[in-house]
Amino acid sequence: MTNLVLDILSWVLLCLGGGFVLIGGIGSLRLPGFYTRLHSASLTDTMATILIFTGIIIQAGFSLAAFKLLAIMVFLLITGPTASYALANAALQSGLKPDADALDESQADPKNPAEREDVE
Amino acid sequence: MNKRLGQQGAVGPLQLGGLFLLLLVSWLLWSGIYKPLLLWLGLFSCLLSVWLAKRMGFFDHTQSLTMRSLLRLPAYCWWLLVEVIKSSLAVARLVLSPSLPISPTVVELIATDESDVSKVILGNSITLSPGTVTIDVHEDRLLVHCLTKKGARDLLQQEALRRSSKRPGLD
Amino acid sequence: MYFVVSLAILVTMVLALVRALLGPSVYDRVLAVNMFGTKTVLLLSVIAFLFGRPDFLDLALAYALINLVGILAVLEFFQNHTRGTQEHEHD
Repeated sequence: MTNLVLDILSWVLLCLGGGFVLIGGIGSLRLPGFYTRLHSASLTDTMATILIFTGIIIQAGFSLAAFKLLAIMVFLLITGPTASYALANAALQSGLKPDADALDESQADPKNPAEREDVE
Repeated sequence: MNKRLGQQGAVGPLQLGGLFLLLLVSWLLWSGIYKPLLLWLGLFSCLLSVWLAKRMGFFDHTQSLTMRSLLRLPAYCWWLLVEVIKSSLAVARLVLSPSLPISPTVVELIATDESDVSKVILGNSITLSPGTVTIDVHEDRLLVHCLTKKGARDLLQQEALRRSSKRPGLD
Repeated sequence: MYFVVSLAILVTMVLALVRALLGPSVYDRVLAVNMFGTKTVLLLSVIAFLFGRPDFLDLALAYALINLVGILAVLEFFQNHTRGTQEHEHD
């Protein structure tokens, strides 16, 4: 019984992970600009990694393979942001400007009309 | 980054031994072949890694990771996981919606009283949650690129919470 | 079921390759290659269980290590490259 529940849980996690991987891939094609694409890459790097590895770890049960998978997951989760930061910082240093507005003290001036149109 | 390379404080044998044991255990688990030659090679490479880490100044930055922060690690991980799930659902919705309603925003966080290690942890946690990426760390300010204005506001709110230590942190 | 997940990862790898070919700036390409690399690690881990060969996990870990070092090396190269040509523009 618990086996069945664990099986279903891991399949759900794996499918969700596959979905997030796909969404991240679509996002990296759809989003405009380098810095926004960085966000969709981080979607696949963190959420999909967590979901897929958790799914496989549940399938592996308590074994050496599960330990290895956990180690790979932790390694990916630590190095992913580091690589993202190195990439973003290299782009920034080379003079690639982010096409973004600065959030100018939204607390001090809450009725700023230019900002309100984006609030949903 | 290389500022502290030269100065090496007194490195406790506990830290050296801890890293050595960690490396040795991972070697034994990964190798799976227990012949004398391979065991000696493993021992040698572990010693080499510890020596290299000491030479790089790896231990100069670890003093702020105390027992207290280790005890806070589970709560912090749990909080981070919840944040990651929330923000990735938001980003997934943004990517899939046909009109692509993004509003890229850059905010600046000021982290004056943090040590180098806490700054790294803060920056990495921000980058880890989708929708926000740390793009520059300058002296004591972090430049963060957010996918939406709402995400930027949430980030500032979280930062205020962290400042008043109502949010799980590592230090 | 592993098959479906590996298919999704493969499709995303193709999308990342398309981005690497399209990418206007060199950083877009590096981003796509980084994405491709992390997806490879995921794919190797899934394949280890799809074919029931746990030794693929060691390959996945090795690939993760090589991917990180490779990306950092490429970035370092490009940064030095641009720093040489536009030294007056930034510090």
